[in-house]
Amino acid sequence: MILYLLCFTLLLVGLYGILTKRDLIKIILSASIMGYATNLLLILFAYRNGSIFPILRKGVETMPMVDPLPQALVLTSIVIELGTTALLVALALKLFQKYKTYDITKIRKLSG
Amino acid sequence: MILPLFIIIPLLSAFLIAIVSGKKDNFANGLSIISALLLLFGAIYNFITQNQEVIVYKIGNWDAPIGINLVQDSLTIFMLIIVGLISLTSLIYSRQYIRYISTNWKYYSLFMFLITGMNGVIITGDLFNLFVFMEIALLSTYALVAYGGKAEEFEASFKYAIMGIVSSTFILVGIAITYSATSTLTLAKIAEQIPHINTKIVYLVGGIFLMGFGLKAAIIPFHTWLPDAHSSAPAPISAMLSGVMIKVLGIYAIIRIFYNIFGAPEFFLNIFMILGVISILIAGFLAITQWDMKRLLAYSSISQIGYILLGLGIGSTLGILGAVFHIFNHAIFKSLLFYNAGSVEMTTGTRDLKKMGNLKKLMPVTSKTSMIASLAISGIPPFNGFFSKLIIIIAAIQSGHPILAALAVIGSIQTLAALLKVQRFGFHSENKTEVTENKTSFGMKFAMITLAFLCFAGAILIIPGIREVTLDPIVEVIKNNGEYMNMVLGR
Amino acid sequence: MDNKSGMTIIVKTITRITVPIIILYGCYIIFHGHLTPGGGFAGGVIIALALLNVMIAFGREFTNNWLNINFLEKLESISATLFLILGILGFLISSVFLFNFLSHGELFRLLSAGTIPVLNIIIGIKVAMSLFLVVWVLAGLKLDKGEEL
Repeated sequence: MILYLLCFTLLLVGLYGILTKRDLIKIILSASIMGYATNLLLILFAYRNGSIFPILRKGVETMPMVDPLPQALVLTSIVIELGTTALLVALALKLFQKYKTYDITKIRKLSG
Repeated sequence: MILPLFIIIPLLSAFLIAIVSGKKDNFANGLSIISALLLLFGAIYNFITQNQEVIVYKIGNWDAPIGINLVQDSLTIFMLIIVGLISLTSLIYSRQYIRYISTNWKYYSLFMFLITGMNGVIITGDLFNLFVFMEIALLSTYALVAYGGKAEEFEASFKYAIMGIVSSTFILVGIAITYSATSTLTLAKIAEQIPHINTKIVYLVGGIFLMGFGLKAAIIPFHTWLPDAHSSAPAPISAMLSGVMIKVLGIYAIIRIFYNIFGAPEFFLNIFMILGVISILIAGFLAITQWDMKRLLAYSSISQIGYILLGLGIGSTLGILGAVFHIFNHAIFKSLLFYNAGSVEMTTGTRDLKKMGNLKKLMPVTSKTSMIASLAISGIPPFNGFFSKLIIIIAAIQSGHPILAALAVIGSIQTLAALLKVQRFGFHSENKTEVTENKTSFGMKFAMITLAFLCFAGAILIIPGIREVTLDPIVEVIKNNGEYMNMVLGR
Repeated sequence: MDNKSGMTIIVKTITRITVPIIILYGCYIIFHGHLTPGGGFAGGVIIALALLNVMIAFGREFTNNWLNINFLEKLESISATLFLILGILGFLISSVFLFNFLSHGELFRLLSAGTIPVLNIIIGIKVAMSLFLVVWVLAGLKLDKGEEL
């Protein structure tokens, strides 16, 4: 139970960072932290006590294995996060080119 | 068995555009229009031949709990037709409009990824697969919103992307909790397990999903990204985002999850009703105060999403009928209004209503079609918007919520006021502009006239006799949640 | 190779030795994707990192001469198209998308599991090219400080 709570705390740390930080790069890092927390949560849900990794090997008898599906999901979600983060970094760099700053309080052309 | 083609065709054309195109966009434009046409015809073909049945397609021939399956029922076909229609007109419109920004094939490639993502969300029968396709659609829109390359556009895109990531993360957490509670990701299997698990978990997951998909649908407390993103994007993309995207990623996903899986719990329906009315009133008020034409239209989108949500929240047959019909109507007239805004922006170079003038003579097609769309969106009788709003309001009265009905009427008046402002200042004011050249091309006019015609013709969907084949099966799918599960699992 | 761009001679020499080994390891991960942990994505990332290693050690210009960036961009799209074509082939053969139409072979053999190793190789190419090009493009953005907008 404590592990799930810690995982949830990590998610909230990321959310806190997104809501309060003023630097574009720090916001991107916070978004990544949120993603990592979710991946960790998925892996934790897949864990079964006393089981091994879910790979068939030659000459080894079958044993109880952890749930392999969330691991595949985590791999997919890592790829998605990679794409999103790359896009965000590109946007942040473009914004830097336009405004010469990473501070979001100074990036205010939109009304509201 | 043409169901997977709805994903294969746009994906293949996206990559083919990237391989074959050189510097010019002629090939890209042609190929993308052809594939959008194919998608629309495919959806209409499916509508004619198999509207009443549920078809399950297994990818790689794996059965439901192991493999991913694609599901087609009448709601799916309905959404596919909307996506095909709006994307086809948007691409025809883009041919001239986007060259005014740049002549790069990347726009069409990204557009095809957007269609891939939305079609994928619509036809998938697997919760995680829905998430993946949603991310494909979102990633391409982040790039498309910033396509113009101006500072505000990057800013809007960054804001949109951050909001998108937060909501996607919450949706993933919801998926993780659902998986741990039910040990499956197939939507129908989850629906089968839901009665056997703790109701507290259902409420927890429902709250998380409501937050995640509510952010995608831009329901009022989660709406802050929408006016920026939708007004900064190029006009055809604004039409796609406002007309289709918020409905597919937001409303459609909410329908599938809360109605077909959770079985429409009373608690969430009440929340939908309240959020819907709040969205109608606040966004309607904010729309009146705007002077930027596209921003005004974007706020008005939030208010119309409120109507759809109100109809869904009422939960009676009539309410859902109104909501489904309003999804179709709003896709048509909001896209049309954004096309109008795009051609006005292209001709006059501004989106500020104060700087526009007497464009009635200069742009007859744009001005007439925008008049039709404005009347339709504010619910004036012969047009389609009137019927859907009327049905939602009648449903609210019938189900014993006269106050909500009254508030919805007030929202309709607000919409009328906001759109009359566009007409008054944009097209019929005394103000003279120096612009003498109408830059609207044939393709843009064609797209606008087609949708304006559909504003009239859409109303026939509700006539008894036609309604039984078009809208009633969809209401049946949404209302009868046990049916979906049994049909997909093959019982 | 004697130009001043990039890092010191020590880094360059070590990179020259290790990069081929890293690429070989990435290929190993890709080819054994259906037998051992890893697969197309993991191996592709390893290859992309090897290429990025060259970019960091020798500089962008050297890498631009060494690799044909335009070709890599095309290769990325071509590999994705190949994946789809394999899926469509399955569709044509048995009306099931991504049908595994090759022989499944014996368990624990390198040549087994039908189309899965082929798809792994395609994904490996796609991931390697995508990841390398993303960082390549991002590294090319000029960030001159100073003047205001």
